[in-house]
Amino acid sequence: MQAVDRRQFLKIAGLGGVVFASGLARGAEPYGAAQDEFFFVQLSDTHWGFQGAPNPDAAGTLPKAIAAVNALEPQPDFIVFTGDLTHTTDDPAERRRRLAQFRDLLAGLKTRQIRLMPGEHDASLDNGEAYREFFGPTHYSFDHKGVHFIALDNVSDPKGAIGDAQLGWLKSDLATQKADARIVVLTHRPLFPLYPQWDWATKDRELALEALMPRRNVTVFYGHIHQEHHFKTAHIEHHAARSLIFPQPAPGSTPKRAPVAWDPAQPYRGLGFRRIEAEPAEYKLTEFPLVGKA
Amino acid sequence: MRRRAFLLVPFLIGTAWAQPEPRVIAIRARKFEFSPGELELKLGEPVVLELTTDDVHMGFDAPELNLHADILPGRVARVPFTPRKPGSFEFVCDVFCGSGHEDMGGVIKVIA
Repeated sequence: MQAVDRRQFLKIAGLGGVVFASGLARGAEPYGAAQDEFFFVQLSDTHWGFQGAPNPDAAGTLPKAIAAVNALEPQPDFIVFTGDLTHTTDDPAERRRRLAQFRDLLAGLKTRQIRLMPGEHDASLDNGEAYREFFGPTHYSFDHKGVHFIALDNVSDPKGAIGDAQLGWLKSDLATQKADARIVVLTHRPLFPLYPQWDWATKDRELALEALMPRRNVTVFYGHIHQEHHFKTAHIEHHAARSLIFPQPAPGSTPKRAPVAWDPAQPYRGLGFRRIEAEPAEYKLTEFPLVGKA
Repeated sequence: MRRRAFLLVPFLIGTAWAQPEPRVIAIRARKFEFSPGELELKLGEPVVLELTTDDVHMGFDAPELNLHADILPGRVARVPFTPRKPGSFEFVCDVFCGSGHEDMGGVIKVIA
């Protein structure tokens, strides 16, 4: 495992964000006629229903992010939400109410192609039952302009495992792809042991990585840790997105895992979303911090 | 006399080979804390952690010490352990148990 070199970041004037160039493996074929450049947007950890001091504008943050995504020009081909759509509750009726409210908020997005997956807050207390009622399967794959996307569920099991059945499905799905296919994995928890002391890992990660490792062009986008983070396991890059509720401290940087305190002088600090441009030989990541008055 | 000496042999052998009884440390898990949340252990002292839960299925995970247990309601999870390195080692609940799960952790301090 290796950390991604921060020097690969390039400041791009005028975009208001930071671009990260995520290269594909050497020898990766450019798109060619069958592959078009496109971009999609990743939002994560919206925790709809959260109430607490770490975000006194919890009900206003997601609408603000939706407005910011709607302001992008041009609009993305699609939008992904990498889990923890809602904040957990022990009450099954309240869980469904939050999922319904989240679904209704998504109706305000201009881009209508939306891909969702659960986080542990959505799915761990009922093994994904309520989530599936609203949004369908918790793992699936789809193709877009020459890239094969795989949504992996590592949260419906409250222990944070993918499980044998889904791993079998993953292997079958990968078998349909050419050896040099461009593959993007979307998931909630990190697929590598980022910081297991804070439960920032997936239990059966080795089995998932073992299945993915022979593939030359795999990139993982995930959430869960409420901060931007970039890492490599061999040739596979892993990119964590910011949250849209509250930021978390850097792994192991504080005695306890706890939200970073809200700063009234800099509301929404550490929150945001990202644009991911799929270019012929790399993904360009542009971070969009959430800004404005609370 | 010979008979008495014969009877003493297994006792002496048993005494010579006896290991100190491990110290038993009870840890209660409940939403959303471990009690106690901080353990102080001596380097090389064998202990047994006895973990119980007051409410739902919980987990105990101290990855740096390679210790793990599922804590199921109505059962005692026993984790034998002899600390071999000094330092502070975090543990967490690694079975999602509700809003507050992220706060549920503690530390094992091993004193040389």
